[in-house]
Amino acid sequence: MARLAEVRVETPSARTLVLDVPGWPGNLAGQHTDVRLTAEDGYTAQRSYSLGSSGDGERIELTVQRVEDGEVSPYLTDVFAVGDPVEVRGPIGGWFVWRPSDPAPVLLVAGGSGIVPLMAMIRARRAAGAKTPFRLLYSVRSPAELYYADELRGAALSGVEVSYVYTRSAPDGAARAPGRIGVADVNTGGWPASFEPACFVCGPTGFVEAVSDMLLALGHDPRRVKTERFGPTG
Amino acid sequence: MLPPGQYLTKDFPVLSVGPTPRVATETWEFTVTTENGTVHEWSWPEFRALPSETPTVDLHCVTKWSKLGTNWRGVSLDTLLADVDTAADYVVAHSYDGYTTNLPLADLLDGRAWIAYEFDGDRLAAEHGGPARLLVPHLYLWKSAKWVHNLELTLTDEPGFWEAGGYHNYGDPWREQRYQGD
Repeated sequence: MARLAEVRVETPSARTLVLDVPGWPGNLAGQHTDVRLTAEDGYTAQRSYSLGSSGDGERIELTVQRVEDGEVSPYLTDVFAVGDPVEVRGPIGGWFVWRPSDPAPVLLVAGGSGIVPLMAMIRARRAAGAKTPFRLLYSVRSPAELYYADELRGAALSGVEVSYVYTRSAPDGAARAPGRIGVADVNTGGWPASFEPACFVCGPTGFVEAVSDMLLALGHDPRRVKTERFGPTG
Repeated sequence: MLPPGQYLTKDFPVLSVGPTPRVATETWEFTVTTENGTVHEWSWPEFRALPSETPTVDLHCVTKWSKLGTNWRGVSLDTLLADVDTAADYVVAHSYDGYTTNLPLADLLDGRAWIAYEFDGDRLAAEHGGPARLLVPHLYLWKSAKWVHNLELTLTDEPGFWEAGGYHNYGDPWREQRYQGD
């Protein structure tokens, strides 16, 4: 049984849950976990969440976005309190993962809360002291919707090149007008295909479809483009 | 009714591990390879000339969503395998993007599996596996390989992409066989 150790507010509707999980076997950056809630009458509901953390410890992190009519997420964002227990299972998934031993340049492309497993990769790079060239292209509706805003500013100082794509409203003075991600964003914010980067794309289905098609159009090898797609998880 | 641990969705979520392959029906082919190396092959026109069925089935994804009463058109595996002479007990499905998944051959027979090419009366969209995908609705949906290209009949059970990566070898949603050890 895991226990909530700490909470960090990311946006008005999303928060990061830091959980202590006795016996957690450690996980790779990019893996996910199942969270199961059990009501007093025995009814259970479970959802999968990407892990924002990696490594050997028994402390894990996930970031949960509230879905208004959801069965699990409103509990996790509004009710679940420090010290409360929850059942977690994992880690799960061995494909959408980055290992610090891989020397290839990395391109991360996040749509909305798709940033979570990609943040785990940025953190794994830092934890390993790796100098692997990383670029992150992060698409969100507005600056208020950014997760990990301070930490990403820090990452930018330690060699991760971060570009933001605002789809609805951009900060004052932004050079790029708000709008959906386009091939020019992926071209300038990414790596040339000839560098043979490892590409990780995570976000809602339409976003992932669009970005992965752009990467192929820019000449990237489909075998080097790994994707993770999701809708809102209630 | 929902299997244990599942929740209902009205959307049709997409899960796949890489870019969606775009396979033109002009170059599409579907093959069945037996353990002796015999190859049975269908072009798109040959495949579409086979008798089709219109199953209405429930879908259960290991990521917990279920979608009930979905309407498909496809060719039954009973039809495709009718003239295939084999002693194999297992199948590895291979997709155009390199994805694989393994199943017992018996699970593809007796009206329980199709090569599907229409969803809700429309051509099956590429992101959902078009031009044609395997449809085995009594198992978790990762067994229903999108963009299916070849069925390899094998004498021994050979784990596919997710099965080798910690997911359950069989994947029965009613027994909640999500991961190895379930």
